[in-house]
Amino acid sequence: MTKNIEELEEVVIKFAGDSGDGMQLTGSQFSNTTAFIGNDLSTFPDFPAEIRAPQGTVAGVSGFKIQFGSTSVFSPGDEADVLVAMNPAALKANLTSIKDGGTIIIDSDSFKIKDFEKAQFTSNPLEDGTLDGYNLIQAPITNLTKESVAQFDIENKSRTRSKNMFALGIVYWLFNRPLDITENFLDAKFSKNPELAKANKAALKAGYNFAITVELLPSNYTIKPAALPKGKYRSITGNIATAWGLLAAAEATKLKLFLGTYPITPASDILHELSKYKNFDVISFQAEDEIAGICSAIGASFAGNLAVTSTSGPGLALKGEAIGLAMMTELPIVIIDVQRGGPSTGLPTKTEQSDLMQAVYGRNGESPVIVIAASTPSNCFDFAYQAAKLALEHMTPVILLTDGFIANGAEPWRIKKLADMPSITLNMATKKEGWSPYLRDEKKLARQWAIPGTKELEHRIGGLEKQDISGNVSYEPENHEKMVTLRADKVKRVANFIPELSVQGVSEGDLLIVGWGGTYGSILTAFSELIKEYKNVGFAHFNYINPLPKNTNKVFSKYKTILVCELNSGQFIRLLKGELSQFNYQQYNKVQGLPFSKKELINEFTKYLK
Amino acid sequence: MEHLVKDQQLTFKDFSTDQDVRWCPGCGDYAILSAMQKALPQIGKEKKDIVFISGIGCSSRFPYYVETYGFHSIHGRAPAIATGVKLANPDLSVWQITGDGDALAIGGNHFVHVLRRNVDINMILFNNEIYGLTKGQFSPTSKTGIQTKSSPHGTVDKAFNPGKLAIGAGATFFARVVDVDPKKMVDVFVEAEKHRGTSLVEILQNCVIFNDKVFSAITDKEGKFDNQLWLEHGKPMIFGKENNKGIRLNGLKLEVVTIGENGITENDILIHDAHCEDETLHNMLVNMVLPEMPVAFGVIRSVKASTFNDKLWEQISHEKTKAKFSSIDEVVNSGVTWEI
Ligand SMILES: Cc1ncc(C[n+]2csc(CCOP(=O)(O)OP(=O)(O)O)c2C)c(N)n1
Ligand code: SF4
Ligand SMILES: [Mg+2]
Repeated sequence: MTKNIEELEEVVIKFAGDSGDGMQLTGSQFSNTTAFIGNDLSTFPDFPAEIRAPQGTVAGVSGFKIQFGSTSVFSPGDEADVLVAMNPAALKANLTSIKDGGTIIIDSDSFKIKDFEKAQFTSNPLEDGTLDGYNLIQAPITNLTKESVAQFDIENKSRTRSKNMFALGIVYWLFNRPLDITENFLDAKFSKNPELAKANKAALKAGYNFAITVELLPSNYTIKPAALPKGKYRSITGNIATAWGLLAAAEATKLKLFLGTYPITPASDILHELSKYKNFDVISFQAEDEIAGICSAIGASFAGNLAVTSTSGPGLALKGEAIGLAMMTELPIVIIDVQRGGPSTGLPTKTEQSDLMQAVYGRNGESPVIVIAASTPSNCFDFAYQAAKLALEHMTPVILLTDGFIANGAEPWRIKKLADMPSITLNMATKKEGWSPYLRDEKKLARQWAIPGTKELEHRIGGLEKQDISGNVSYEPENHEKMVTLRADKVKRVANFIPELSVQGVSEGDLLIVGWGGTYGSILTAFSELIKEYKNVGFAHFNYINPLPKNTNKVFSKYKTILVCELNSGQFIRLLKGELSQFNYQQYNKVQGLPFSKKELINEFTKYLK
Repeated sequence: MEHLVKDQQLTFKDFSTDQDVRWCPGCGDYAILSAMQKALPQIGKEKKDIVFISGIGCSSRFPYYVETYGFHSIHGRAPAIATGVKLANPDLSVWQITGDGDALAIGGNHFVHVLRRNVDINMILFNNEIYGLTKGQFSPTSKTGIQTKSSPHGTVDKAFNPGKLAIGAGATFFARVVDVDPKKMVDVFVEAEKHRGTSLVEILQNCVIFNDKVFSAITDKEGKFDNQLWLEHGKPMIFGKENNKGIRLNGLKLEVVTIGENGITENDILIHDAHCEDETLHNMLVNMVLPEMPVAFGVIRSVKASTFNDKLWEQISHEKTKAKFSSIDEVVNSGVTWEI
């Protein structure tokens, strides 16, 4: 039987199954292969809150969404063209997010009555009309997987475990992807157990062959490589990029990297990644709590390390007093907050941008720190590096905001060289002459870093208010006010050292769409679509929150309306209104633990363009 | 050069700063500061390689008065900061100064964990059984029933015994001294620095303002000899005005006996073994309270164990011998990559 090959521009696939079904691995394999053949892509893993929710229940569904295409892809997309559902719960969890006419591939072996019951379907969705209008492909994946691995000498429980590879094989055929990248991956992963590697590869191949022969799939699709800039690429998630950006900064400065931290979703992967690099003198210290995490980092900073602490919202709350100490003692430290759904424990595995106020203002006293935000998985590398640079050059804490969406999401990254990164100038005190603990340089107002072990620079610092220049404890009223102002000016002056805000679309017009941090891809996707029809609109995305880029005022003054879009109830807009009150602001907010969809954004934007 | 300039021997004076010391007149903290300034020249470190880190409290003002590197931090968190300093630069001599509230109330978590890890720092606990700086509330070491501003009807809390808590957390070094015995303080500070691991020194410190004379039964001239047992490794546990009282193990309990009475000779008296890994006896010594027993002082426990910082840096050296990558550029280019 010969089959047709059709060409598509972009596709969204969702892999969904029980949390034990290996959907994250399946999704990331598909991403790697897809990136390798030159498509642009963006991914969105969607984890269940519980590690092992009861098998077969909707609460236990783990999903992985990927959008890929022959044109630039900025977001993981909205509704799926293809859903792979390994059980009824996975189908149920995703029923509302499949395109009309989309393809649903199910493992028919796991669609038995008891499986429906666990997923709380009242009738059989395969027969009751629920799936009318979709292209349903029922494949006995479990049984075919068992057959395909029958010849291998592996444990019994491993025989059905490769069913994710079988499903991946089907999808590889459907989108014309090669198998060798996953085959190589399996060889490496199971290098200690070659039989298991062989079995998994056999299941993958069997899935692929099944797709060729089965008549339900009349054609498959090619998606041409995207016109990405020339260069060497890899796939990267935000958390890994963050960790690597810090490694890069440590290497650039020849400082030891110290991470003092406490595990928390979705930030733990930064700890996991940095823990691997002891060979680079990386000290990753898993402390007894968040407070000890940041305090150990403050100690390391005092002693001359590039000090970092990583956390998520609840942890940032605990670190507040210590951030104030670092601000007061004017020690460099990078605080990474991978935001998640709040308040309190909130939605640990979901994404949100609701820690902005906490980052900017969440401390006692007048306690300004630099706050920056990464906006894509790969530019977490640049902003982690930049956070270290700003902390070290300006001698102050820097809070780097990322979020669960970009931290776990992946995209192709044109690999950077350390030599291409901006240089970092350290501000070390080396001799007593002309030095005082709180003497500042004129441009930045930064003090020098005098670390223990340096002869003749013995001095005392602390959280009590200090006398200007000498740093001795001082309760003088005028001095206190002066110091408060100096510390604020120091942070304000950072605006002279960061890039200006840039605008896409028209630089003057009716509407300026504004976003910050991890929503960049979603907004850009919608914006790119929008400007096919509407011309009078611009888009400005902020990576620098405190201080704001110097030209913000100038940019805003060119538009009738400033529409601020954020995944919270309106935190950045409050900050903007406070700093630049003269503009006509409107807001669009979503607080569902989910990223913006293209549809809802376009819907919103057009309201201002009619 | 013909003559090498010999390192000048540092003295007490070298460790004083130009800052006015601001404790109340008569506060025990003065004696501790002066003992420390006498001990530091003996530890064989340059000033530049010594760091004092404190939390918050009267006691935590200490670093401002010692001419070394110093960090007056936030309430309770000094163990974590000290850990960061020591891990970052293991060559430094790191001293943590803390109070009973700072260490055992707000900082209780960090206190037990630094001991558990055995980070090589010296922790000096100023135990005045009260919150001094905040003007006299009871603390986790205050005796049950104490009347303070926050307990006008007397506390119903039970008190921590810092030594017992520390040994429970895995302390490898515990010593106890009193602020009125400067010589012994100096010796114990020097011992604490020599010990590799977390050295906890509890100082019974008199707060003249809010808890005056809490330790008077132990420290008063009359009671001093009969109520203090000074322990020395390898020496019998003998004390008393006449030097004729001793500690004997009777079944599973310690008891005070008198040499020369009821046929007791020096041979019946326990010999102090501070280096014994098993903490049973150390715990019993730490737990001794008046009036039945004297209070134990000196180095009660000092056992060899590997330190967190040594093990960490050993791991780091080891990883270097088998590293897959030698630069960040190699890291980012590892795994699946492709050219466009
Ligand atoms: C976060 C925080 N909570 C409370 C305080 C107030 N405070 C300062 S010192 C102190 C208690 C000090 O007692 P202790 O540690 O025994 O030290 P002392 O003054 O007795 O030497 C308290 C409650 C503070 N500074 N910071
Ligand atoms: S209040 Fe007590 S502990 Fe504090 S300085 Fe005065 S006497 Fe010393
Ligand atoms: Mg106290």
